[in-house]
Amino acid sequence: MNAPDKQKDKPVSDSGSDSKLPPNSKEPQVQDMQVQDICVLACAEAFRGDGSMLCNPIGNIPLLGGRLARATFEPDLICSDAVSLAVLGDYPIGQPLDPIVESYLPYRTMFDIVWSGKRHVMMGASQIDIYGNQNIAAIGDWKKPKAQLLGLRGAPGNLINHKTSYFVPNHSLNSFVEKVDIVSGPGYDKMKDLPESASKYFEIGTVVSNLGVFNFSKEGKMQVKSLHPNVSFADVQAATAFPLLLPDGITEEGIPTTPIPTEADMELLNNTLDPNGLRYM
Amino acid sequence: MSEPTPKLTTEAEILAQLEDGMTIAIGGWGSRRKPMSIVRAICNSDLKDLTVISYGGPDIGLLCAASKVKKAVYGFVSLDSIPLEPHFRKARQAGSIEFAELDEGAFYLGLLAAAHRVPFYPTRAGIGSDMLKMNPDLKMVKSPYKPHDELVAIPAFDIDVSLIHMNRADKFGNGQFLGPDLYFDDLFAMAGKKTFMTAEKIVDTDEFVKLGPVQTLKISRVFVDGVLEVEGGAHFTECPPDYGRDEAFQKEYAATAKDPKLWDAFLEKYILDKSHEQYLKAIKGFGAQKKKKK
Repeated sequence: MNAPDKQKDKPVSDSGSDSKLPPNSKEPQVQDMQVQDICVLACAEAFRGDGSMLCNPIGNIPLLGGRLARATFEPDLICSDAVSLAVLGDYPIGQPLDPIVESYLPYRTMFDIVWSGKRHVMMGASQIDIYGNQNIAAIGDWKKPKAQLLGLRGAPGNLINHKTSYFVPNHSLNSFVEKVDIVSGPGYDKMKDLPESASKYFEIGTVVSNLGVFNFSKEGKMQVKSLHPNVSFADVQAATAFPLLLPDGITEEGIPTTPIPTEADMELLNNTLDPNGLRYM
Repeated sequence: MSEPTPKLTTEAEILAQLEDGMTIAIGGWGSRRKPMSIVRAICNSDLKDLTVISYGGPDIGLLCAASKVKKAVYGFVSLDSIPLEPHFRKARQAGSIEFAELDEGAFYLGLLAAAHRVPFYPTRAGIGSDMLKMNPDLKMVKSPYKPHDELVAIPAFDIDVSLIHMNRADKFGNGQFLGPDLYFDDLFAMAGKKTFMTAEKIVDTDEFVKLGPVQTLKISRVFVDGVLEVEGGAHFTECPPDYGRDEAFQKEYAATAKDPKLWDAFLEKYILDKSHEQYLKAIKGFGAQKKKKK
């Protein structure tokens, strides 16, 4: 998808002169924003309904999603400063800050929380497949990889213990693959082979990419939840190495369009959460 | 007042405790509070065929580049601001090291089991992922209690020597962290058959509580066999509040993975036959860096 040109100008926020127009007419339009803005909101939506839970997104766009969710519709989320503190309030990511600390989250406590289940992580995926198997470890044969990546990191423990979502900024045949080279985070097919005692805490929530938003069918296969503006089903299928499902009763033409940020969302992002535009870098 | 026996040691005495083929565990996390002066001393030694257990950063990278590593045990190896450790990647992609890659939390349990002297700790982490395929020695264990869950049994690490770096220590071997996170250094200290600790500064014991709350006193001398003051001992990894990561130096280090000539020059300039004092001179600007970040 080609991102629309970045518009420096803020949408008009005059409240008096255009009162004859419908209330949403001053809301920003797709051409007023970039695909990253839409991705931030889609990541935020992934945390909807979580309530009082450690919201642990990784990477700038997911982080902004978590912060935006907390600043708007999920005020009970617990957010980390990405070092060792849980902090209250809305403040910029990636900047020195003087936050209100609500609790201490050193790495050891983080693992305790993972195992307790009171966490929703959004990780990246170098590769992801139809069942949601994720690879961040290496490309090629793990014994002697073509490209060593991050390693398993916390993916195996995350998936088997609590809800996990993914953000993939470069939707392509290289990232949405038929089969991942290494299973870091297991998918729904792996859970089918396991007893209920092993799979009971497993849940892949949402997969957000630069083309759309995806979730999983009852059979545990990836399906299109929404497509970002100006993206067709053919576009996203062409960039995906496995057949994407449509939810029951939805035709290609009937796929919802991913909601775009409101003026209030954009103001929060531009003025408070991401004044330096880290989401565009 | 009775006084414990001091455990002050030297770099040479620490190195003398290490042997070819040993398993060495290194504290810190990624490119954070790593005992780098000792890591460089190992690079400078004749030691070989080491198994290195670490929440990996440039410790594993440097030791790989210096051909000291037979096997690396890790959940990740990262320089934090540079997500992938280039020297470690090179070693993995060349197939030149053995490895055990674990879930980060499973790694914690390997340390914990060693610290507690039990053979394993059970966890769900790893079930369904390729962690079990990549580590064929890992066994499953059935809970003796209903409903008899099958769990992964993470075996206790078998650690000959642990190395950690603290902000402050006393001469008796008590250690204090003043940064944002202890990481797992208390467990590293407990898990090693022997543990050596470097610290930015050795202080009188009664200074500790003036420097930080009692909760920062997480390294007890009962788990420490030798302690050594090494100012700048974690450079170029971060050691807050004493200093931040030397990002410029880390970039220079990372870039040397591209070309053996660059690596040889780096080795020559900063490591080969260099004492820690000579290293601090060679990395010029360490003092400035320290002031800036303070």
